[in-house]
Amino acid sequence: MKNLHWKLLTILAVLAIAAWAIWPPYDTPTRRGKVSLGLDLKGGVQLVLRVKTDEALTYTSEDAAERLRLALREKNFAGPTITVPGPTRIVVAGVPPATDSAFRALADDQSALATQYQRSGSAGGYTFEMRPATAQTLRTQAVEQALETVERRVNALGVAEPVVAPYGASGDQILVQLPGVSDPEQVKRLIGTTALLELKIVESGPSPSQEALLQQYNGQVPPEMEVVSGADRQNPGSQSFYLVKHIAPITGRDLSTARASMDENNLPAVSFTMNRAGAVKFGKLTSDNIGKPMAVILDRRVETVATIQGRITDNGQIFGSFTSQEVADMATLLRSGALPAGLTYLEERTVGPTLGADSIRAGVIASLGGLALVAVFMLVYYKLAGINAIVSVVLNLVILLAFMAGAGAVMTLPGVAGFILTIGMGVDSNVLIFERIKEELLSGKGPRAAVQAGFDRVFWTIVDTHIASLVAAAFLFQFGTGPIRGFATTLVFGLLSNVFTAVFVSRTLFEFILSRREQPQTMSI
Amino acid sequence: MQIFHNTHYDFIKWRWHAMALSAAIIVAGIVMIAQRGLPLGIDFSGGTIVVYHFENKTVTEDAVRKAIESVPGEKVVQQYGKPEDHSYSIRLPQVQGREEGFSLEEDARKLEAAVKAANLGAFNQISRDVVGPAIGKDLQQKGLWATLFSILGITAYIALRFRLTFAIGAITATFHDILVTLAFLVFFHYDLSLNVIAALLTITGYSVNDTIVIFDRVRENQHTMRREELEKVVNESVNQTLGRTLITAGTTFLSVLALYLFGGEVLEGFAFTMLVGIISGTYSTIFIAAAIAIMMSRGGTGSAAAPAAASPSATSAGASSRAGSRRGAARKASVR
Repeated sequence: MKNLHWKLLTILAVLAIAAWAIWPPYDTPTRRGKVSLGLDLKGGVQLVLRVKTDEALTYTSEDAAERLRLALREKNFAGPTITVPGPTRIVVAGVPPATDSAFRALADDQSALATQYQRSGSAGGYTFEMRPATAQTLRTQAVEQALETVERRVNALGVAEPVVAPYGASGDQILVQLPGVSDPEQVKRLIGTTALLELKIVESGPSPSQEALLQQYNGQVPPEMEVVSGADRQNPGSQSFYLVKHIAPITGRDLSTARASMDENNLPAVSFTMNRAGAVKFGKLTSDNIGKPMAVILDRRVETVATIQGRITDNGQIFGSFTSQEVADMATLLRSGALPAGLTYLEERTVGPTLGADSIRAGVIASLGGLALVAVFMLVYYKLAGINAIVSVVLNLVILLAFMAGAGAVMTLPGVAGFILTIGMGVDSNVLIFERIKEELLSGKGPRAAVQAGFDRVFWTIVDTHIASLVAAAFLFQFGTGPIRGFATTLVFGLLSNVFTAVFVSRTLFEFILSRREQPQTMSI
Repeated sequence: MQIFHNTHYDFIKWRWHAMALSAAIIVAGIVMIAQRGLPLGIDFSGGTIVVYHFENKTVTEDAVRKAIESVPGEKVVQQYGKPEDHSYSIRLPQVQGREEGFSLEEDARKLEAAVKAANLGAFNQISRDVVGPAIGKDLQQKGLWATLFSILGITAYIALRFRLTFAIGAITATFHDILVTLAFLVFFHYDLSLNVIAALLTITGYSVNDTIVIFDRVRENQHTMRREELEKVVNESVNQTLGRTLITAGTTFLSVLALYLFGGEVLEGFAFTMLVGIISGTYSTIFIAAAIAIMMSRGGTGSAAAPAAASPSATSAGASSRAGSRRGAARKASVR
């Protein structure tokens, strides 16, 4: 009897903890439960992005190649041509035999080249292959950096509860979920822009074409230089070409902040402020180049060219013919920093708010409908014992909900299906037990003995079936992405709580009812 | 109240008929898959699906089809939800050779432009899914591995808890259920989506569930019916658990039926898969799993003709001694 009281107390305690998890007292009034809804129920946009990590490797290789070229020129080496044929490879050809050993010494002196690359080849031609460990580190860094940048940009959108997280097993994918957003276009533009800002002194230009620009250099791009282009402000619709140095003295990393503002003609512009290191570099660059034009280059396109009037340290402005939306986006991009590599979209899913609401309604109706049908059947078939089954199934659902709230799991549409299956499983365990009790009664046992024998016999069957289902659910979770994972989570929690409710709660209820009668001869089942 | 009271159906007798029926369904499904290919949804094949809701109630499926005629590619237009929703889904396959990236939503944009140009009145986009080829390939592999590993894991567990021959029976039944369900998905033109795969994996769990209940009873009965042939023991066990099997299948079927009827368009494929799987799972537990286990145990030589029913006295003795299999306390009852 005392034992029974403890069992009842345990059940009440579990119920109380479950209620506390579902409706925590410390929650704000606007958010009742802690079970948050998935995108398929809330509506919104889900994007899967891939970071083109190869690009990050290419940048590194090109940078190393450029430094090698620079070093060769400084030492007046003539002859070698340096190319970057792949993301991880630098090829040097045509090293004159006389300077071969000197070249090797010089290359080994280059810190990046010596530590990050493996040199191979023999006199005259060399291949520098990036070490696998370096490549792996760079890829990981690129993804991490992209993740942070995307997160900053998404946060700038002002969407409630966005998700930015690593995704998939390949290690280079990012999942972005934006609840409540119905137009992915602007978001995708904002997230996917590289936003590499560079400030460079214009060596030559503007010219209307690349040929005209390179005329004075015999049609060849001079070493260490590159040609960039941008919209011609005087002649809308046509392009201007400029010759600038390959390596930028100032980049977006030197910025501390950027904001939308107005230029002197009261047109939308972006003002930026340098950080301390940037200010020192910017001060030197501007004081060394007074009177020369400086280009503001964003993602390899010239946005602004302005003549340096005097020494500037901390402030600058990008102006041109921008709309205020473009200016706002640009400021956001500059603030959030450049992406280490380009992004591509692998998947895009948009769920409209009406569909989400419809899905919730349908899911709730289906769950309640299923529960009602099952409840009626149990009452008809098992009479009073049916109540027992209904109590344990409902308690199962409550505990399941509490599990989900406690674990911070997300409720998705397949998750609703998981709830419905949990009802099915709960009923299954009860049926298994009840049928066994009936058999035991038929074999001549009294109610108490029959209940005891029924539960004891069926216990291992229930354990076996639940473990088998858990195995399936675990692999489902492993495989699962998004909604499917929600389904697997519900199923796992449902299975676990079902063992408790079907075996422990249901049995306690039987014992409790039977304990209130002296020497019961019959029972309603 | 009891639907099945002390039944003695000879299920094992029917195993050849059952296997022939199953084989027919599975072969028909395989033939159809061979002809049309596996009906992969865009989750796995990649592609674009947009759903538009039209304000104008006179817009028909054909009107939408006509509107998007100019968009290249093999388009599939279907009514979405109930007729009174005036919503249509348009599916476009992944265009071969086009790479991932910003161009991904190009098809969706073209569709929208085409529908706008057709003057079908105001419409809004209810949902839009664009899946690139890389994701689809990734998911195909993952789905296959998840299914195989979960089956392997369950086999290992049953082999551990019961015997290898039982495990083989259970696993054959599970494969049977997956194949039969796939066949029905093909018959009824359902695409394999993520949700459908989730349902298939759930069915593996469900089907094994049923099988374990019967095997558990077989193991228990083997202690008390030592002299009997395995075939008879299995038959008895199937009969003894018949009530539970059908009630469980029935109630689960009811709740999934509610999901199928009221769960909305998004879950329809899931619910359909579950419905077929539940029926197939219950059927295969009785006719396939047990039969295979018997054949494996005997090396495949089982006589199909068994005595139709045991005498009532034998059964009651079976029931009471069955009760005595595990506990000393209960053994007294069987003596009494």
